[in-house]
Amino acid sequence: MTDLLLLSVILINFFTLGSARLVACIRAVALQGALLALLPPVSHGLSGHTLLLGGTALLFKGIFIPWLLLRAIREVRIRREMEPFIGFVPTLVLGALVTAGAFVFADFLPLAHQHHAGLFVPTAMATMFSGFLLLITRRKALTQVLGYLMLENGIFIFAVLLAEAMPLAVEAGILLDLLVGIFVMGIVINHISREFSTLNTERLTALKE
Amino acid sequence: MLTLLILFPLAAAALALLLPWHRGRSWLLAVSGGLHLLLTGILVSASGVWPGPWIGIDPLSRVVLPVTSLLFFGCSVYAVGYLGLRRDRGNRVIVACLLVFLSAMTLAIAARHLGLLWMAVETTTIASAPLIYYNRNRLSIEATWKYLLLCSVGIALAMLGILFIAYAALVGGGAPVSLQFDTLLAAAAGLSPPWLHAGFVFLLVGFGTKMGLAPLHSWKPDAYGEAPGMVGALLAGGLTSVAFLAILRAVQLMTAAGDGAMARQALLGMGLLSLLLAAVFMVRQPDIKRLLAYSSVEHMGILAIGVGIGGLATFGAMLHLVNNALTKGCLFLSAGNIQRAYDSKRLSEVHGAIATLPVSGSLFLAGFLAITGSPPFGLFISEFTILRGIFASGQGWIGLLMLLLLGMVFIGMGATVLTATQGEPVTLDTAFKDNLLLVASPLVFLLLVLLLGVYLPEPLQTALQEAANLLEVQP
Repeated sequence: MTDLLLLSVILINFFTLGSARLVACIRAVALQGALLALLPPVSHGLSGHTLLLGGTALLFKGIFIPWLLLRAIREVRIRREMEPFIGFVPTLVLGALVTAGAFVFADFLPLAHQHHAGLFVPTAMATMFSGFLLLITRRKALTQVLGYLMLENGIFIFAVLLAEAMPLAVEAGILLDLLVGIFVMGIVINHISREFSTLNTERLTALKE
Repeated sequence: MLTLLILFPLAAAALALLLPWHRGRSWLLAVSGGLHLLLTGILVSASGVWPGPWIGIDPLSRVVLPVTSLLFFGCSVYAVGYLGLRRDRGNRVIVACLLVFLSAMTLAIAARHLGLLWMAVETTTIASAPLIYYNRNRLSIEATWKYLLLCSVGIALAMLGILFIAYAALVGGGAPVSLQFDTLLAAAAGLSPPWLHAGFVFLLVGFGTKMGLAPLHSWKPDAYGEAPGMVGALLAGGLTSVAFLAILRAVQLMTAAGDGAMARQALLGMGLLSLLLAAVFMVRQPDIKRLLAYSSVEHMGILAIGVGIGGLATFGAMLHLVNNALTKGCLFLSAGNIQRAYDSKRLSEVHGAIATLPVSGSLFLAGFLAITGSPPFGLFISEFTILRGIFASGQGWIGLLMLLLLGMVFIGMGATVLTATQGEPVTLDTAFKDNLLLVASPLVFLLLVLLLGVYLPEPLQTALQEAANLLEVQP
């Protein structure tokens, strides 16, 4: 069950890397967040801690944040990611390479013995790398936010391994920070589109030496 | 008491959002700043260390907390004058964000749990983004976007670093899996070294982005350049010190685990790189606020070098942290005044500042002399202590390199600052005049730095020494 969840997370990485439609990308990342919310109860068993953690993650990552982002693009009326710095097919190939790399690399890591066989660590790394790829290769401010979210999702997978180290209050605070951060980014995106009539961040180049 | 110190600015922020009175909100900010400073004074003067499970005061926070609080109070008094000049912008959001920012900085300084520390530092990023966007033009949007995205990604990497440290405890087996800082310190020897090292590197990169160490400083000139002067002062003096404190926590952990040497090497390398890059970009810099931003990169580099060398230099770095924060306060606030008066911060418009604005112009020039380490200001003493530490450690070439770069910074910065301040008076298009609220804080900061250069009070010396010991002696 855990492996199935993690494999779908990897598939969503690929879908987001290859898709040009912003709404579809936001939905995909929302689905990814929702799947990750199932991870704590599924891998650690049902308990108050895991249920609350999963519930908060579902609420924030699966519902609130996508809603904020969908609202942001409804107001700016932009639907597609045009002309990324690196084309969609090359990004997909790169994505496949880093995912394969993550699986190979995970074998060399000095993991605790109970994590050797699992998909947790490679999936976490693959998701983080995919997030980075999105951040680097896309021009739209919104896709960059999605990249940041995906990076956070990857870190969340790793955090689930260490659920006992993170008290619930801290975990909830971290998710709240993420939510407010995305909220502020949404506002800035709105202002970018109003000032520049575009969401392309390459227009943001007035400040340099 | 400490809880009160963190919570009351939040309450004041909520009040600021509700209060329908422009001047009242400005004064609310100043009163909260004063109350924060008062409570901090009481808290810090109480002797003894009391680390709790979540928040507590240890010697390092005893140094950073008063400095941050004092800087905030000065900026909040300045803000009353500044926000009065900019009534058209409104001050509801900026006052609330400043107060949340204060609360988050206090929490980050007092946090005894790495997760809590992370949360507080991320909150400072979010709360300061609207502050940078205060002027609402294209340039400030660009600066805000870069700041928000780069710092958020940087901080996300710091989270990964924290998780790696927890994983080090899990793999090491000897330690309980917890991120409570004292538990971690006590069990540091049982942490699995590869994961601990990876965790340190990620923490250094993450919080280093926030602190603005080269090569992770690219957001800094933009953000400091476009933010209002007082926000620049708070970021350059307060937030960078808080981020440095977070890095020092990681150094503490590495030292406790017996890997302090590796941590020091990394800090030393980044520090030298920061000094070098800052020196290069400060030469012929035509924008006075971007100049100050590079000066901030330079001084973060000096702090990192000080801790990287260790011994006497660590003490110097602690003193330097205090001096740098206060001098940056003076410089950014007076540069803010100059910018308001000339309606520009570029050398093409700004010249003759001393003749035109006698107080702000002179403060800016004196602040420049202080920040470049001229005697008799405090930074001369702290930079000299760091250099003595370097030569005593037998790494003379680092000392020589640092001296050379400091000379280059002096010349580069001097060219810009002298062009801006010297010359014939200019007739201004704006109605700006120096007034007490706008010059009192930078003047007091400058006098304090001067005082620290002539006389180092006994309690402060003890506090700095205790903080430095925390990074040296293995507990």
